[in-house]
Amino acid sequence: MPRNPDIKKVLVLGSGPIVIGQAAEFDYAGTQACRSLKEEGIEVVLLNSNPATIMTDKDIADHVYIEPLTVEVVEQLILKERPDSILPTLGGQAGLNLAMELEEAGFLKEHKVRLMGTTAQTIRKAEDRLEFKETMEKIGEPVAASMVVENVEDGIAFTNTIGYPVVLRPAYTLGGSGGGIAANQEQLVEILSNGLRLSRVGQVLVERCIAGWKEIEYEVMRDGAGNVITVCNMENIDPVGVHTGDSIVVAPSQTLGDKEYQMLRSSALNIITELGITGGCNVQYALHPDSFEYCVIEVNPRVSRSSALASKATGYPIAKVAAKIALGYTLDEIKNAVTAKTYASFEPMLDYCVVKMPRLPFDKFISAKRSLGTQMKATGEVMSICTNFEGALMKAIRSLEQHVDCLLSYDFSGLDEEQLKNQLHKVDDRRIWVIAEALRRGMSYEMIHEITMIDIWFIHKLAVLVEMEERLKKGPLTEALLKEAKRMEFPDTVISRLTGVPQNEIKEMRKNQGIAAAYKMVDTCAAEFAAETPYYYSCYGSQNEAKETKGRKKVLVLGSGPIRIGQGIEFDFCSVHSTWAFSREGYETIIVNNNPETVSTDFDIADKLYFEPLTPEDVESIVDIEKPDGAVVQFGGQTAIKLTESLMKMGVPILGTAAEDVDAAEDRELFDKILEQCRIPRPAGHTVFTADEAKKAAGKLGYPVLVRPSYVLGGQGMQICINDYDIDQFMGIINQIAQDHPILVDKYIVGKEIEVDAVCDGRDILIPGIMEHIERTGIHSGDSISVYPAPSITPAVEEKLVDYTGKLARALHVKGMINIQFIVAGEDVYIIEVNPRSSRTVPYISKVTGIPIVPLATKVICGHTIRELGYEPGLQKKSEYIAIKMPVFSFEKIRGADISLGPEMKSTGECLGIAKTFNEALYKAFEGAGIKLPKYKNMIITVRDEDKQEMVEVARRFQKVGYRIFATKGTAKVLNQNGVKALRVNKIEQESPNLLDLILGHKIDLVIDIPQQGAERSHDGFIIRRNAIETGVHVLTALDTARALAASLENRAEELTLVDIAEIC
Amino acid sequence: MKAFLILEDGTVFEGSHMGSDREVISEIVFNTSMTGYLEVLTDPSYAGQAVVMTYPLIGNYGVCYEDMESLKAWPDGYIVRELSGIPSNFRSQDTIQHFLVNNNIPGICDIDTRALTKILREKGTMNGMITTRTYENLEEIICRIKQYKVAGVVEKTSCKEVSVMESRDAKQTGKKVALLDLGAKKHIADSLVKRGCQVTIYPSRTSAEEILASHPDGIMLSNGPGDPKENADVIREIRTLYESDVPIFAICLGHQLMALAAGGDTFKLKYGHRGGNHPVKDLETGRVYISSQNHGYAVDESSLDPEIAVPAFVNVNDGTNEGLKYIGKNIFTVQYHPEACPGPQDSGYLFDKFLRMMEVNA
Repeated sequence: MPRNPDIKKVLVLGSGPIVIGQAAEFDYAGTQACRSLKEEGIEVVLLNSNPATIMTDKDIADHVYIEPLTVEVVEQLILKERPDSILPTLGGQAGLNLAMELEEAGFLKEHKVRLMGTTAQTIRKAEDRLEFKETMEKIGEPVAASMVVENVEDGIAFTNTIGYPVVLRPAYTLGGSGGGIAANQEQLVEILSNGLRLSRVGQVLVERCIAGWKEIEYEVMRDGAGNVITVCNMENIDPVGVHTGDSIVVAPSQTLGDKEYQMLRSSALNIITELGITGGCNVQYALHPDSFEYCVIEVNPRVSRSSALASKATGYPIAKVAAKIALGYTLDEIKNAVTAKTYASFEPMLDYCVVKMPRLPFDKFISAKRSLGTQMKATGEVMSICTNFEGALMKAIRSLEQHVDCLLSYDFSGLDEEQLKNQLHKVDDRRIWVIAEALRRGMSYEMIHEITMIDIWFIHKLAVLVEMEERLKKGPLTEALLKEAKRMEFPDTVISRLTGVPQNEIKEMRKNQGIAAAYKMVDTCAAEFAAETPYYYSCYGSQNEAKETKGRKKVLVLGSGPIRIGQGIEFDFCSVHSTWAFSREGYETIIVNNNPETVSTDFDIADKLYFEPLTPEDVESIVDIEKPDGAVVQFGGQTAIKLTESLMKMGVPILGTAAEDVDAAEDRELFDKILEQCRIPRPAGHTVFTADEAKKAAGKLGYPVLVRPSYVLGGQGMQICINDYDIDQFMGIINQIAQDHPILVDKYIVGKEIEVDAVCDGRDILIPGIMEHIERTGIHSGDSISVYPAPSITPAVEEKLVDYTGKLARALHVKGMINIQFIVAGEDVYIIEVNPRSSRTVPYISKVTGIPIVPLATKVICGHTIRELGYEPGLQKKSEYIAIKMPVFSFEKIRGADISLGPEMKSTGECLGIAKTFNEALYKAFEGAGIKLPKYKNMIITVRDEDKQEMVEVARRFQKVGYRIFATKGTAKVLNQNGVKALRVNKIEQESPNLLDLILGHKIDLVIDIPQQGAERSHDGFIIRRNAIETGVHVLTALDTARALAASLENRAEELTLVDIAEIC
Repeated sequence: MKAFLILEDGTVFEGSHMGSDREVISEIVFNTSMTGYLEVLTDPSYAGQAVVMTYPLIGNYGVCYEDMESLKAWPDGYIVRELSGIPSNFRSQDTIQHFLVNNNIPGICDIDTRALTKILREKGTMNGMITTRTYENLEEIICRIKQYKVAGVVEKTSCKEVSVMESRDAKQTGKKVALLDLGAKKHIADSLVKRGCQVTIYPSRTSAEEILASHPDGIMLSNGPGDPKENADVIREIRTLYESDVPIFAICLGHQLMALAAGGDTFKLKYGHRGGNHPVKDLETGRVYISSQNHGYAVDESSLDPEIAVPAFVNVNDGTNEGLKYIGKNIFTVQYHPEACPGPQDSGYLFDKFLRMMEVNA
């Protein structure tokens, strides 16, 4: 079927800010789809509120709108741009929900907009619990039996029909409290009666328990003609019970015979056929470990995180093919871009093993529960490929960048037998390390399996790794042993640690005996056809396929690894744009990265892609083969920066700012000298190593002080200390994380925070714009609301900022990007931090100013000057638009995490509000972040004493827009005294009704809770904030944010003006 | 113990020995299936060949005897990258290591199977030797290796006596099918029995006369090993079957022999199609099906008079013939494997079509 000629202009919906469960994979899918549509000559209109994405670039779509993803905005956009079709299946659940609302309201029909890629009926069949169940029953596909009951008798009767154990889930209780698993009638009666009492509506869902079954996924595709294929299947090492996003996943399945494999494959194809999906779809199964019995857990009628993973695991570009299918093509008409010979109507065959591991944020949320369950907690993931499972797992572990590099990295050797068993029962992110310890103690596979329900095949593989550790410890390190260890991808560092043989000797041994990494191609077809796409992974003991290419100059672009708090999708944006710019400069480009969700690991971004861990050894193996003319580290965040020194040692020139200058920006003493030379003030501070030294330093500086480790990312481990007790506390925490670097103690200055990104060619600088934070110092820049252009600085301060930026860039010999954070107190300007690299704000500032910063910086790195590139150096003319970047958090997903903001970054993503006025931009930013107020017009205020006076004015403004204010005793008193009516409410430890009842009553819009700084934060505050978040109430913990929200509510715009970013230049 | 794979082009792979100690020379072919290694090992079509599995981890779920496609393993040799240390599956009864020893099949593991596959892809299927001995004079050995030719394999794999299969569970259709066993996979008969047919299985040397004398409602020609043209006697008998009015459905070798019987020609593919991911297109409906494949030869479409037979299915990847429809006859044949095992079950509907054909003809 040729493509539908009626489709000429398509609206593509993105997925909005990065939150847990909806991350970079949709930028990858969306970007691929947009490029695929443009290839067909289609005019693409893009809507996504996330400015850090690649899809929101004018290179990717013809019209780009970075606006809130709301029904109102989409409607307005449809009226403005008049697309004939809308593609909603690439924007995650957010995009799908929006399209459904529009369809159901009849808006699409009314304006003759075609829903592409799916129908409303399909979405309903897949998403509506009841319709889904009926559809599955109709085609004979089993789902876990379940029933809602309102009394114990019905519960017993139903359970008798489906058998024990059953899962009990009370309706409408907080975080699933009151639920549980019942293995017999006695337990059932107990849990069920308790659950019925706790449930607000007196209902409990009784469901057949499938926890512990194998969790298997299939990625399937279907075209308009009804052709169906499977792209890939995947097996979760963690059985049913852990969200697939938090599971270690392997592709293809390892423990399924052909009978099971084909049974589920046929089922998945039946399901996609019955649902009538045109495009991609993900089906999740629970498979009984000891029979052919299975249940369909879930169907996602759209591209998903799993489909991004499947695309990278196989080389089959699901989103691209889905876009072509949406245009009317059939699978046999779409070329397989990897082989360029075969077609999309085939099934990829793997001749390697893929392991995906989740990147969990427990290093950021120390108070959070590490347990894993059905609520996803991972912020990102890594993938690795090898010819054997052991090697793939070892590579995945070290790709995580969480101070882990083997199965010894978490130490459970201190636990006794009983404790170890108990630990095995705990399902958390360290489970494979616990299993490894159990294996070291000689616990049987069967017992480990019985406790964890992890398949014995995987347990055996962990045992193989543990055995290798033992062999290395025992020594001696013979050639044969080294070969075997490398085959399993033990890094030299670990081999050295275990054998005691120095790393350089191991390297020498490898060199002499020719033990080197070989690279194999991901070609979709297990070598059956010659492939065109140089997408490589490494393995040992094999023939190398990656040929050193010659001719063009060659650059190695180092990616940023897994998405984590503090290092998000923005660095992928930078890596990709830099790669494209190098390519235009005539370079051959090579990307190294390990994140399957990103655009940078798409096989057609660089000339070559190496899907590998970003450690010195892994990078060196690539360097040995490719012999690049240089490497660029300034676009891959801290991950790439950390590799600078190692690359120098390998003899790879660092393109752009030199390694010693990178070091000068991070080394306290060197940096202080530079500041002195430039006569730039910074908050006074000292470098210390111990708690005593820190306290002494704080004594000299005077509290409050800012304590942080050097070489950090996203303010990790950074804290404001108000007394000696705090210092003891924080030094303890900092020292838990491996620290080779000193700790910095700085005077904490209250003021405005200003951020500048600049490009320097060694002489001239170009500053696209100055950004100002709404929140005053003390809150991490990534968690602050950022405004461009800076609204409240004087011309004198502006001049100083430009002057300092220039001086610093020159003093550090910056070639390329620099990011500087300042404090402005009155007319004084202090430097807080300098990063000689690209930053989080680069994508946003590029888009709003129309200045392509990353390509410019890349060209500067290649030797061009700013003037040559047609830019007048210095601060560029302000844009006619105001752009406000709003942080977005995922607190509701991480139980036990403290949500109060501070110097440590906690947000997972961001959205943008862009408009000609400040108020409209602010309104859009809040809307985009999902803060849609007012609803009930009730709010709670509880602030620390020093902020009470300042709060009065803000509270008054909320009152004026119609809010009823509840406050605890002290706050209420101050507010009432100042003429702001506040209703007093009991603290949580006091009798009901108290604050908690109010929050749980679901009638509160907003909680403003400003906690004390320092370690002695009140436990009450923590409980209030947690409960509010888990009830879906918005919580603000900074006064400045509250003031901004009040301003936004006062200035609600009736109609928004939509801005096409592609027209800004 | 060390083992070597010596290819006729002089390439030597060094790996570890597995299975039988026997030294063997055979034709080396590769299969890209990620599951179903036991089905591959017991598929009679591999008689005379040694199989390389491109998927690197083999033996993960052990051996379950009921998955065997015939009573024994047929390949001359088995080549894999890594054998699983333990099998893990609720049905597993044995390890692949044991199975190879018990079936007297020599093998080699721990070699770079991808590098080997690339050689076969680029130079075409070739002969090789699996051995545990170290040879000084390779040239002499290569001479011997080159001389090998797959021969007499249909006779070898076919059953020796007539047998009857039917199911007590399936709803009986009363249809009697004569299955000519040219090296048949068990699931061909199973697929018919499951659909309520009574299946009589005949040895490959059975005459057309004998088969027709039993008045079957339909005749099924099975898959099988080797060069189709080698089977002149069988082709002659199939010509007689062709001339009868009995509905005929043929798979793989059966498809090739029918084409030869109808005056067509076959040719050897460079490196064959072996795996579970090949797309075949139904030329009538435009639908594409993912199929299970195992063949080294194909029918040359242009050799057939369009008044006798026309292409019904084509391989989307390389355009080779995947099925034929015989004009004015109740005959259809496919190159691929609707019985699956291993591989996709998407084409099982062809058996239903065969049943309908018998129904209409009755």
